[in-house]
Amino acid sequence: MRTRLAGWLFVLPALAVYGVFVLRPLALVAQYSLYRWDGVGQAVWVGWDNYTAVLTDPDLHRPLLNALLLVVLFTAGPIVLGLTLAAALQRGPTLILVLPQAVPPVAAGLAWSVLLSSTGAVNRTLEAIGLDNVTRAWLGDSSTALAAVGVIGAWALLGLCTLLLSAGVRRLDPSLYEAARLDGAGRWQEFRTVTLPGVRREIGVCVVITSLAALSSFDVVYVTTKGGPGGATAVPALEIFHLAFTDRQIGLASALAVLLVAVVLAFTAPVLRWSR
Amino acid sequence: MSHRAGAVLAALTAIVVGCCAPGSAPQSTVDTSTTPGCGTADITLKARFETGFPLAKALADEFTRQHPNVTWDIREEQFDVLTRNALRVLADDPPDLMRLPQVSEAVRAGLLRDLDGYARTLGWDRRPSAQTRPLRVSPNGRPRGEGPLYATGLSTSVTGIFYDKEIAARIGIQEPRTLAELDNALARAKSAGITPIAGFNGGATGGLTFPLQSLMGVYSTPKSLDDWIFQRPGATIDTPSNIEAARHLARWLKAGYFDPDLNATDYARMMDRFTSGKALFMVNGDWESATLDRRMPNRAGFFLMPPRQAGHPRAAMAGPPTFGIPSRAARPDCAAAFLDWATTNPTARDLVVRVGGARPLGPTTPWPLDPASVTAATFAATDEVLTHDTAMDFIANATGAIYAKSWTPQLQRLAEGDQTPEGLLRAVQADYVAQTGG
Repeated sequence: MRTRLAGWLFVLPALAVYGVFVLRPLALVAQYSLYRWDGVGQAVWVGWDNYTAVLTDPDLHRPLLNALLLVVLFTAGPIVLGLTLAAALQRGPTLILVLPQAVPPVAAGLAWSVLLSSTGAVNRTLEAIGLDNVTRAWLGDSSTALAAVGVIGAWALLGLCTLLLSAGVRRLDPSLYEAARLDGAGRWQEFRTVTLPGVRREIGVCVVITSLAALSSFDVVYVTTKGGPGGATAVPALEIFHLAFTDRQIGLASALAVLLVAVVLAFTAPVLRWSR
Repeated sequence: MSHRAGAVLAALTAIVVGCCAPGSAPQSTVDTSTTPGCGTADITLKARFETGFPLAKALADEFTRQHPNVTWDIREEQFDVLTRNALRVLADDPPDLMRLPQVSEAVRAGLLRDLDGYARTLGWDRRPSAQTRPLRVSPNGRPRGEGPLYATGLSTSVTGIFYDKEIAARIGIQEPRTLAELDNALARAKSAGITPIAGFNGGATGGLTFPLQSLMGVYSTPKSLDDWIFQRPGATIDTPSNIEAARHLARWLKAGYFDPDLNATDYARMMDRFTSGKALFMVNGDWESATLDRRMPNRAGFFLMPPRQAGHPRAAMAGPPTFGIPSRAARPDCAAAFLDWATTNPTARDLVVRVGGARPLGPTTPWPLDPASVTAATFAATDEVLTHDTAMDFIANATGAIYAKSWTPQLQRLAEGDQTPEGLLRAVQADYVAQTGG
């Protein structure tokens, strides 16, 4: 019994911080979601009305769809590239690959919006190789804006995934590669039969982190397009922000936030189970 | 998760959330009719100003020079941040004086002081109605444009069309006197290979509201637009004349009178393009006059959006940048005295012109200005709008969310050819009805 108590005492400081900065805001959001409130005056109890309103609002379908498309872009890019890099650089330096991770997303977003602007480096490169007719303001064109945001997000997450995956690759027993080679496996077969199954858990973690980043993406979108043009890059987190701070509908914003948490959990729980 | 951990979580949650509904009842608003002043004892005025507009800070410094017992505790913030936090700041940590966005919501929440008492004592109610109308709010928040005065400004502001005199001379263009002449000038700039209008419409900025509302002022009347902006019952933006204005803007877009990356261009880049001589026109306001006189001396001109028939009165978006006194301000009298001083003291009025580039509120006395400066041109335009009483508020100010939620995305779609002029106004009106209840 005494050791148990001691254990709780050790955990208490961390638990207190977690309670104040994570659980309390979470619980408050859940509470706000049941009221109609402008953030200042008297709140009115409305029960589940905010949830009904959010679920039936056609304006929110586009942001949700955009978030799902971002999941594909944010996840596929870093994992495919990260795996390739990790497999190719089994012994090489990885520090340089972590660099994107060291750049804050807001700074990355700003830098990329310069690169992708109508007179930016991307368009000048395209002009230099004769592709003048595809140049455009990538973030200002509704047909390319979401993809451009996806590229920025994928770039920002590439470092972390490469680091995770190459740690996984280095952890693998070299004798497995030896055995594969003795059986006459080429580099591709080696990758498919040894590396890929060996880093399944790391891939799972990458998928969880990247899809979390996509579903709850806010910073990159906020600094590059703010959801524009014409809602082409609107995402749920930005809608929550607008509902709370532009519309001053704290209740609706909180309901959407609770639903977003539910979607994120529903999305990541199966991946975590698979990678175990 | 074990049952024990679950119980702990539930207990923690219960402790932190507590028992009660969020929020509090609104405070009452106080009226006063005593002559305001700052007394002689040492006091500190708390103020929230807008970053990037140095006028308020310059006036505060000068006020302290003239009244050494008053010192300032000033916090400057981006207008965007001020807008989002205004209600919470007014409720939780009210300064004595605050730069504010549209004030209806703050009035409805009982967070702003009714300034009618000061207005009577200090003569603010004798100013031209265009300078006070947008700042009058019915006590329950709507309609705006009537009722007690809840805010005041330091200067007037006026919007219209700036032009680059060098480019105009090069391609042989005079200041247009009619809308048709403006259309003609745009076409000539386009065929000369110059961007006709520097615009901005990227990210969260629906900068096309400027040319759109200017055109609405031509096809419609400032009064009918103000009715909509002030939320008078039954008002609509979706009228035949406004549709004509939106169609006119759509024709400009289709003709390529704006840069193709309009939807990726922000305000700063538009300013840069205009001041570096890359565009003939820019639809903007006189808050840039001082900057333009500094960055392109004697090269910038200004005119109000021309009417369909020469000589008809010209309308303009014009609303003074707004300052209010919170209901719970500790030193409201001193704040009111400062606001009055800023528009009556000769040194202060001179600062408004030199630093702000705009005409001070109050008496429209002649002002010595370099006639070649763009400030002189915007002063003349301000007087014209005040004389004809053709000022209107901004369509972006109709509700707290209409700009971000409706005008910006719909105008970005119009710019891409993904929305029709009719659809634009229908969509905005539908959002407006949803937000205001009609």
